[in-house]
Amino acid sequence: MRKNIIFLLAMFGCLLFWGQPILAANSTIPSEGDVLPEITLSVPQNTNEKDYLGIKEKDAFKVSQIKARIVILEVFSMYCPYCQKEAPLVNELYQIINERPALKGKIKIIGIGAGNNPFEVEVFKNKYNIPFPLFPDASFSIHKSVGEVRTPYFFVIKINVDGSHKILYSKTGSIQDPNQFLNSILKIAGLKEEG
Amino acid sequence: MLHKGKLYFIVISIILALFSSVTIAYSLSEQFKGKIYSPGTLKPIDSIVKLKVGDRAPDFSLPAVSGEKISLNQYLGKKNIVISFVPAAWTPVCSDQWPGYNIIKNIFDKNDAILIGITVDNIPTLYAWTNEMGNLWFPVLSDFWPHGAVATKYGVLRSDGVSERALFVIDKKGIIRYMDVHDINQRPYLEVLVKELEKLGQ
Repeated sequence: MRKNIIFLLAMFGCLLFWGQPILAANSTIPSEGDVLPEITLSVPQNTNEKDYLGIKEKDAFKVSQIKARIVILEVFSMYCPYCQKEAPLVNELYQIINERPALKGKIKIIGIGAGNNPFEVEVFKNKYNIPFPLFPDASFSIHKSVGEVRTPYFFVIKINVDGSHKILYSKTGSIQDPNQFLNSILKIAGLKEEG
Repeated sequence: MLHKGKLYFIVISIILALFSSVTIAYSLSEQFKGKIYSPGTLKPIDSIVKLKVGDRAPDFSLPAVSGEKISLNQYLGKKNIVISFVPAAWTPVCSDQWPGYNIIKNIFDKNDAILIGITVDNIPTLYAWTNEMGNLWFPVLSDFWPHGAVATKYGVLRSDGVSERALFVIDKKGIIRYMDVHDINQRPYLEVLVKELEKLGQ
């Protein structure tokens, strides 16, 4: 009896120890008010995209280093029918932002292709004439770090002057109406158009 | 002191918790939310190869979801043909493979090729499932009855009655120029198929 208990306690300890990395890899979806897990992306080769993001780094950068007050991050897959339907709406959102001088340069959009390699991301980009940078996540590592969200998934991140950041919006599914979506983001962010 | 039963209970709960936290990596489209049955990880390939590159592709005639009958021979001399067998409707990898092909019609057109999708599911199932994908530009055929007859001819029927995840690229003369009986758990790389199409398109 006593030996049994010691053995079980030892197993219990081993399991706890062994369980740590597995549980850590399977994180939950970051929600509003949270900080985004550290997502490192390759600096785009395309100079227009690099300029759009306003990053000074040469090889890799973090989402929080994007030069913007707000970053809209879409997790998509070129294989996902919903993301295909969503693409024109997100393009429209990009256009609306760029047509408003007070917002242009302050709100940036990026896409992360869950399970998509560079070729697949390029197919998606060309098919829908996507004007903002898309990044491949062929190994699903970013997808896993954000809790294996269903696609399309949108994170809206507020970047503070001191470099810190906070998630303002974290939801699966369509943005529906790009104008309303933008207005609601501006409201949550407390970002004035004049500001 | 903890009761022995209680300890067993704790250990078993932990083991269960660990198992449930290990998931297969694939992204699920919001479109199919709650409608996809996960079969777990399957034996990668479970059939015996019958055909090889250079062989004539066996002819077939099967009903399409659209109502017409489609045969391989109707395209001979006119188009290069890609046949995509997928294992089953409403399963994880298959549910996004065809939506991917659905946005590269231009690549098929450029290489004078058409695509034929085949599963062993019946027409009503295929109808409901493919409707979730949006409008598909290619025909989807049902190899339901006699069950898996075409999959059998192509050597891609698995022992449990579903087909492999397999691609056959066939030239205008009806000769198999590329084939890939893929690991059923994984989606074939798109660029490999595109490269094979481009070889035929030249």
